[in-house]
Amino acid sequence: MNNVIALPERVGRTVLDTIEDWGRPWIFLLKVMVAMVTPPFRLRLVLQQILQIGVNSSLVILLIGIFTGAVLAVQGEYTLAKFGATAYTGSAVALSLIRELGPVLTALMVIGRAGSAITAELGIMRITEQIDALRSMAVDPVRYLMVPRMLAGLIAVPILTGMCILIGILGGYIVGVGLLNLSAGTFWSQIQSAITPTDIYSGFIKSFVFALIFGWVACYKGYTCGFGAVGVNKATTQSVVTASVAVLVIDYFLTSVLTRWFMP
Amino acid sequence: MVLNRVNLEIELGKTVAIVGPSGVGKSVLLKLIMGILIPDEGEILIGGKNITEARSEAAKNEIRGLLGVLFQSAALFDSLTVYENVAFPLTERAGIGRRRSAKEVHQEVTKMLESLSLTEYATNYPEEISIGIRKRVGMARSLITEPKVLLFDEPNTGLDPLVGQEVYDLIRLCRERFGYTGVVISHELPEVFQVSDRVAMLLNGSFIADGTPEELLKSSNSAVQQFLNGRIDGPIKIQ
Repeated sequence: MNNVIALPERVGRTVLDTIEDWGRPWIFLLKVMVAMVTPPFRLRLVLQQILQIGVNSSLVILLIGIFTGAVLAVQGEYTLAKFGATAYTGSAVALSLIRELGPVLTALMVIGRAGSAITAELGIMRITEQIDALRSMAVDPVRYLMVPRMLAGLIAVPILTGMCILIGILGGYIVGVGLLNLSAGTFWSQIQSAITPTDIYSGFIKSFVFALIFGWVACYKGYTCGFGAVGVNKATTQSVVTASVAVLVIDYFLTSVLTRWFMP
Repeated sequence: MVLNRVNLEIELGKTVAIVGPSGVGKSVLLKLIMGILIPDEGEILIGGKNITEARSEAAKNEIRGLLGVLFQSAALFDSLTVYENVAFPLTERAGIGRRRSAKEVHQEVTKMLESLSLTEYATNYPEEISIGIRKRVGMARSLITEPKVLLFDEPNTGLDPLVGQEVYDLIRLCRERFGYTGVVISHELPEVFQVSDRVAMLLNGSFIADGTPEELLKSSNSAVQQFLNGRIDGPIKIQ
């Protein structure tokens, strides 16, 4: 008789635990969102985090931007030459960067650099009881720690994406015009004629969504970090892997939706 | 279930030590008092206010405003200096207690640093000071809001005997000066007796002894005697 009751109980417990595990990150996100739009607002902390996430990531973003643009120009020219269409190299570089590579590469770099740092920092704060100390002092850790980081991500990542795209196009120009002898006038005029406002909106929407994923995953993994050095190690690895995979998967769905619904 | 049938009333202005072997739920009890964990049943009243009934963080924070906590590792914020750590509760907790101007905050923090002999460390970061000084900074941070109840989580665990004694002296000195009600979680016996008016021993989720330090020393309970004398053989099984 006991076994008859125990089995459904075990199944029920597993189902409830699974629902709880899936629900917890969403409840966390909801709490952060509510705290974002309700006072008190801590502008100083947001600015500090913009410095950490945005300003300190800008050099690496500029580096990957310029070399990605350069590689796109080389590859684009090579491929387009087979069709006698090298004049379109500029538009190929710009479109690839604006619609796809700019938002995705920036997000991946920010996740690797700033996301891992956020998770490790929050994780260490968790295991050294600093988060408990905040709560004991009647300071809400969600407002004090999570909101500034997520808001800073939402502000900094789209700006970094813009920088990555612009420097990438410049990299493409330097290689295309300077090394591959493409016409400078054609390079720029093709970009002007190929790029539409919807391409830019599309890139911006993607960078905004990726920024949300970056902040959400980094903060949640740090906040729920396990015990000891192993816990921080695991949380940091999970944070980078989860956010990176999520960015790539969501990028596919966003591209599908944005292309189908918003492209002329 | 870590704790069961735990019943303890603490007189205003007195200090109670909650002792017991590792893993019996002493720190869990502390987190329950702070409202960080929620019990399945029962209630915890602090100054007549029930923290277990407070559902929102704001309601809990109102009660937490009565508390100060000295954590085991002091739990200072790494990115803040000693001065900023001590000022933190005055500047960052919103809507609780009296609102202070920047000048008032500076005066109060300076006074607190002076009274705990911390002035010379004001501009240092936690990583630059010894664990004994960190504990003192943690104490200053807890006391700056003039709490009614001060909780100490293993105040001298991991410290050498001299620094450990310094921390106990500090607890005693601060109690005389600030007059708080204290709860000390510890497994350091008999050292913890010097700061306790009363001692309660936790085992298997509930209190098995409760009385003055002298009463505990004379207790006929075999588990209490085993713990006091640090014997391996006895009813307490090492986990």
